[in-house]
Amino acid sequence: MSKRSMTLAVAVVAALLAGLVANGAAQTQDARLEAAKKEGKVVWYTSLVLPSAEKVAKLFEAAYPGVKVEVHRTGSQRILQRVMQELQANIKNVDVVHTSDAGHFVLLKEKKLLAKYTPAGVEAFPAGFKDRDGYYYGLRATVNAITYNTKAMSAAEAPKTWKDLLDPKWKGKLVTAHPGYSGVIATHVLALVHLHGWDYFKALAENRVMIVQSANDPATVVSSGERIVAVNGGDYSAYQLKKKGNPIEIVYPREGVPLVVSPTAITSFAPHPNAARLFTDFTFTRECQQVMADSEGLYTGHPEVTYPADKPKLNELKLLTVTPEELEKRNEELKKRFVEFFGA
Amino acid sequence: MDRSLPVWIFAALSLVVLMALPLGWLGWLSVSGEHGATLAHYRDVFTDVALRKALWNTVVLAFWVGLVSVALGAPLAWLTARTDVPAPGLIRGLVLASFVTPPFLGAFAWVMLAGPNAGILNTLWRSVTGFGEPLLNIFTMPGLIFIVSIYTFPYVYIMVANTLALIASDLEEAAAILGAGRLTVARTVTLPMVLPALASGFILAVLQALALFGSPAILALPAGFHTVTTQIWSLFQFPPKVEQAAAFSIPLLLATALLLQVQKRVLGRRGYAAVGGKGGQRRTIPLGRWRWPALGACLAVMACAIFLPYGVLAKAAFARAWAQPLSRDNLTLGNFTFTFFEYGATRDAIVNTLELGVMTACIGAVMVAVLSYVTNRRLVVGHQLVAFLALAPVVVPGVVLAVGLFIAYTRPPFVLYGTLWILFLAYLTKEMPVGYAQADATFRAIPADLEDAGRVLGAGRLRILREITAPLAKSGIIAAWCFIFIGVIRELSASILLFTPSTKVMSVVIFDLKEEGQFGAISVLGLVMLGLTFATVALVQAALGRDVLGTRK
Repeated sequence: MSKRSMTLAVAVVAALLAGLVANGAAQTQDARLEAAKKEGKVVWYTSLVLPSAEKVAKLFEAAYPGVKVEVHRTGSQRILQRVMQELQANIKNVDVVHTSDAGHFVLLKEKKLLAKYTPAGVEAFPAGFKDRDGYYYGLRATVNAITYNTKAMSAAEAPKTWKDLLDPKWKGKLVTAHPGYSGVIATHVLALVHLHGWDYFKALAENRVMIVQSANDPATVVSSGERIVAVNGGDYSAYQLKKKGNPIEIVYPREGVPLVVSPTAITSFAPHPNAARLFTDFTFTRECQQVMADSEGLYTGHPEVTYPADKPKLNELKLLTVTPEELEKRNEELKKRFVEFFGA
Repeated sequence: MDRSLPVWIFAALSLVVLMALPLGWLGWLSVSGEHGATLAHYRDVFTDVALRKALWNTVVLAFWVGLVSVALGAPLAWLTARTDVPAPGLIRGLVLASFVTPPFLGAFAWVMLAGPNAGILNTLWRSVTGFGEPLLNIFTMPGLIFIVSIYTFPYVYIMVANTLALIASDLEEAAAILGAGRLTVARTVTLPMVLPALASGFILAVLQALALFGSPAILALPAGFHTVTTQIWSLFQFPPKVEQAAAFSIPLLLATALLLQVQKRVLGRRGYAAVGGKGGQRRTIPLGRWRWPALGACLAVMACAIFLPYGVLAKAAFARAWAQPLSRDNLTLGNFTFTFFEYGATRDAIVNTLELGVMTACIGAVMVAVLSYVTNRRLVVGHQLVAFLALAPVVVPGVVLAVGLFIAYTRPPFVLYGTLWILFLAYLTKEMPVGYAQADATFRAIPADLEDAGRVLGAGRLRILREITAPLAKSGIIAAWCFIFIGVIRELSASILLFTPSTKVMSVVIFDLKEEGQFGAISVLGLVMLGLTFATVALVQAALGRDVLGTRK
């Protein structure tokens, strides 16, 4: 046999094998799709900001007609409350849990409420997006940033660092979201406690900060002009508002920005397990992750995703990280001390 | 033996079960520890500075809301019931509108109107006067009192207007003929006759303010202060401290019992049956040159409660950015498309809300009618207890009631959590006092002598009920139906803990959106909620032939 025909044979065998494997994969994929269709829907408890969550749901429904996504969007801490409350009543409703408080997943895993499942394609994600034990994976990431109203001040006048916000000239002009509602903010508070200590928040509260709940809300409050500087909040919601033409600008403080990786996991009691796996895989596809990056302004762990030119790259920012374990352990302390300083 | 007795006993018993279960759980939880009974939760609660502050805030709020509600409701009632103020029908309609407006929607609208910086009224004020300071800051205690009062004063209005409409002018005229001046007549004849209504209205307003959750959550939390209800709600966040919350609500229960006792004293031995089968003339008092200023004052109140908030909701519903002028670039239908076509939770929530509203109102109206009849005619032993139990839920903040229900109905034999039934029970229990008060007032005004006459003529109790009492009470009971329905449509404080994703109601969806800052979608849903409410009210009014506040033309 000549060398060429040898190569040819190998190629043919390889092609056959590949075809076989692909066929097998397609078959399992088909079988899973059928099973998911039989289940009819996937119930998704998510802390992703509502329009973005609905967009992801619509994308999935378009890709897999016959499987609906029931979106239940609320704050991270409310999601945990709801899951635990339902379980206490022996109600098994939720398939996929997605919050921005990574500590929740430590707790849920410990209580054996999560199913072990590795979504397709997450091997290439950075370590910070993956649970060692294979229960939960980071679906998206955001950083906390300062947002200011451009009608109220110039870029030069705007605060540059977290410490700048302590200046008494901001008294009555600031707005914060709440760690008792938002996982993004719980992560933020812990990261800044590491950086500047609790005294920072004690001093910040002196500036009579308006308190809202969701990490998406500070930027809307600043857009309306009700307060002119947001002292925290996910930069993705601010980015979306800015894109819509609201008079706001985002500042990434020099001391570093708290990175929030929001995990997702399938519950161990999921009533629609096949749909849940199908949906989870879909949310980790490049297509879906790219949409989150493009129109929603989120960061992701997907190595092939590209980002809008007008957003800083994650590796250009100094990132402040906290571990899920510490978040879980100090969850109550974070809420309690925040309330102690800010009043509610 | 009276054939109808079992009916009454059954009604009274079902009330005990409805009320006793959640309240029993509440009491039990407040003293239950890991090793038997304990007072530790009470100690925890009352030594905590933050909780004590919340308690005090609630006292301040409730007291002032009671006073402001009387100050607004009583004059309006007098003007429309007794004077020749222009357009009394319009004023009544507007009071009704304020009555049915969900307070949390009003609070939300006022955030857009009087937020200290972006609030539309404050922006206007600054541009007109050039001052830097805002005219109004809604994120303060006075702001909260104001908002709660403009949606609570109708309770006083209804009480007073109905009483004024029921008592004939002949006593007043007799006094006038005997030489008493207008003021003396008002002081010595009219006032004593409406005093019970005033006191009841005040107490109802206070109790409303005590139990309110939505408005404080929207206005007090951003300002960094809690009330009892918001505090209890946050005690349920994970990890829940249910026992502390229970302990925190027991004093409220006692306070109400006390308030109701006071109300009874005020009503005192001067029980009055001012309507008989006989007619009485009601004379109209001419206001002279004060006619138009009086109308202006009424409309000013209604502007705060209705025109301004509704206007700003409508604006926000059609605007991309609510704080900006409604120019062509700012105009959009996007909020509507988002709310109805992109946001999956909307339609289910609307259906659930309507289902619950109709169901609760129908069953509730029958129950309060039977119960108030039983207590008014003293048909069972312990009827005072029945009356107390029917009114008691007023004091159980919805959030707390919800916890009692949550615990009671998440275990066999009644596993209702996750279904609409648990919401139904919550609503039925919660709306019972308002419905009961309405039904009670109805029966109180129907003297027993008419029934006794029927009895003397040989009719059985059920026949008397059908042929004498029911026709007289009909409109009052339909009004009770409305009160319950409207209460259900806007219920938030119990729903917020009892809903599950498959049993979401509109108020919960709106609150979720509020926490996220989705102003456009909230405004759209708010308008839908108002539309539904007004459509129902219009239907009932058409059926009834007069307005649902029960006031006569």
